[in-house]
Amino acid sequence: MIRFLLRRLVSAAGIVMVVAATVFLLFYALPRDPARAFCGKLCLPENLKLLRHEMGMDLPIWQQFLAWAQGVVAGRDFPGVGRCEAPCFGYSFAKGEWVTETVLDRLPVTVSLSLGGAAVILTVGIGAGMLAAAKRGTWIDSLATSLSNIGGGMQIFFVGPLMVFVLSDTLGLLPRPRYTEFGDNPAKWFVGLLIPWIALSVIFYSNYTRLTRSMLLEQFNEDYVRTARAKGMSRRTTFFRFAWRGAMIPVVTQFGIDLGVLLGGAIVTELTFGLHGLGELVTQAFTNTDLPMLLGITVLSAGAIVLINVVVDALYAVIDPRVRLS
Amino acid sequence: MIPDPSFLTVRDLYVQFKTEDGVVKAVDGLSFGLDRGRTLGIVGESGSGKSVTSMAVMGLHDPRYSEVSGEVWLDGENLLTATPRRMEALRGRKVAMIFQDSLSSLSPFHTVGSQIGEVLTKHTGASRREARERAIEMLARVGIPQPKLRVDAYPHEFSGGMRQRAMIAMALVCDPELVIADEPTTALDVTVQAQILDLLKALQEETGSAIIMITHDLGVIADVADEVMVMYAGRAIERGTRREVLKAPGHPYTWGLLASMPHLATDPDSPLRPVRGTPPSLLTLPSGCPFHPRCDYADRVPVDLCSTERPDLHPRTGHSSACYLSQTVKDQIRG
Repeated sequence: MIRFLLRRLVSAAGIVMVVAATVFLLFYALPRDPARAFCGKLCLPENLKLLRHEMGMDLPIWQQFLAWAQGVVAGRDFPGVGRCEAPCFGYSFAKGEWVTETVLDRLPVTVSLSLGGAAVILTVGIGAGMLAAAKRGTWIDSLATSLSNIGGGMQIFFVGPLMVFVLSDTLGLLPRPRYTEFGDNPAKWFVGLLIPWIALSVIFYSNYTRLTRSMLLEQFNEDYVRTARAKGMSRRTTFFRFAWRGAMIPVVTQFGIDLGVLLGGAIVTELTFGLHGLGELVTQAFTNTDLPMLLGITVLSAGAIVLINVVVDALYAVIDPRVRLS
Repeated sequence: MIPDPSFLTVRDLYVQFKTEDGVVKAVDGLSFGLDRGRTLGIVGESGSGKSVTSMAVMGLHDPRYSEVSGEVWLDGENLLTATPRRMEALRGRKVAMIFQDSLSSLSPFHTVGSQIGEVLTKHTGASRREARERAIEMLARVGIPQPKLRVDAYPHEFSGGMRQRAMIAMALVCDPELVIADEPTTALDVTVQAQILDLLKALQEETGSAIIMITHDLGVIADVADEVMVMYAGRAIERGTRREVLKAPGHPYTWGLLASMPHLATDPDSPLRPVRGTPPSLLTLPSGCPFHPRCDYADRVPVDLCSTERPDLHPRTGHSSACYLSQTVKDQIRG
């Protein structure tokens, strides 16, 4: 297992590097000139040239990329701005901020939003699926199955404001979404993110309900579940000790995909709820053609997705001992 | 076996499944008995109701999809009226089952040792450590080498024969008084098959348990059964001791089964002789004797009796077959 993880992490680093190079190349092909943007409206040609030189933009692209990569690994000096310690993802000329610092500052918001949302999605989705499977054919089953179909077709920018309107503005049950540092006040952190989490789970949980339900029903027909019954295990025990394991593998697969979607979807989710996370940051960087910032966030997201995949693969082996990690 | 059964008595067992196409009569009025220390072989083609019968004895049919009626008396207790909780307490402890396909019948997610041990934990409240030690003991008893290492292996790391041994260990860990073995050797090659059967016999001698051996293989029957019941379309059509049924079979279907078995002595090029036709649909059984459309001798019985009236086993005597042919005619046919 440890060898598997090490090997996968090395190849993950390689993948992230390739992503970084590709994005770098794409940005280089853009007709927009960051030096001009930084120079401002009243820009003298000699100033522009000087700036270009200071930003290293007169170098060939591969040298620029190496300089960027060196910054990530060992840190880098930005003339006129200062020393940037490793891991340095560059300097945002548009915002006048270090990319690493800004990203790390915004990261907790997006992580809280995505992982918290994922926790709620999994709890609601798997729970409803288990309930539906256990009460197969009853009204509970029909309710869980049909409800799950409704949420799946909706979008966050519709569900989100609706939830804020109902839960917060009309009923006053929850405060409007607002991010508080977990370390400052865990209760406030929780309550402030509850509406976004619920809204996300309304949209995403249906997959898990359907998957869990159908996989569990499939498991009930497995011979080894019958064997467990023949050994005198109660229905409950067979449910939780045997059927559950086999049902979880496709759920984990789906979760790996959805976690990526959640992170990517943070752009819309954060905009919907007015949260200041990476999603909002990337939107700003995009409108300002803030290439260093975009590059930093892209590399970080790519790293997160690759890492999620490694974790999912490792989880397969944890759930099913027949899976060989090689 | 029927007259004064002491340990296991099955009386008028019916198992029906409701399907969209109608009611499937999987077991249709079955009666038999079995004493401690004896082995009953149940033979029949696929779909003759063998496994359904064993599942009914275990109380494993889902009441939502099936209707089980009749009586199953085990040691003075009617299993068909027992509460689900009581059945859970009996299953694995007093009645245990060995299934056919050991790869799919063992959980792929748990070690062999934990699957054996949990039976003990469930029924005797043994601690984790006791259960593990007992599992090692059982693995040794069923002849698995290096049981201390093997106890932590997963089923997929075992060979087919070893898995079947592990399954037997799992079934026998609580010393059940009745063991139902549902085609325990079907998926194994012949040498392993013989080993497994020997093992079952040896364990039976040690514990004195009763065994129901379900199989479609008359070779297995010849090897282990004391008594034999031949099933066809959910009913018993012949029963008797092993000797009676194998040496002097009384039902044309049993003749067919015996004739369809290849022997080492026969010419390898001579064609196999299967029983003519296919088993009847359990949705719409033929009138009269369910076997008559496939029977070569129905015309030897007067007044269309075979196609109008269903023959039954003699309710009391030992060897009996549900057939209208007279003994004289049978002797003629069998030569």
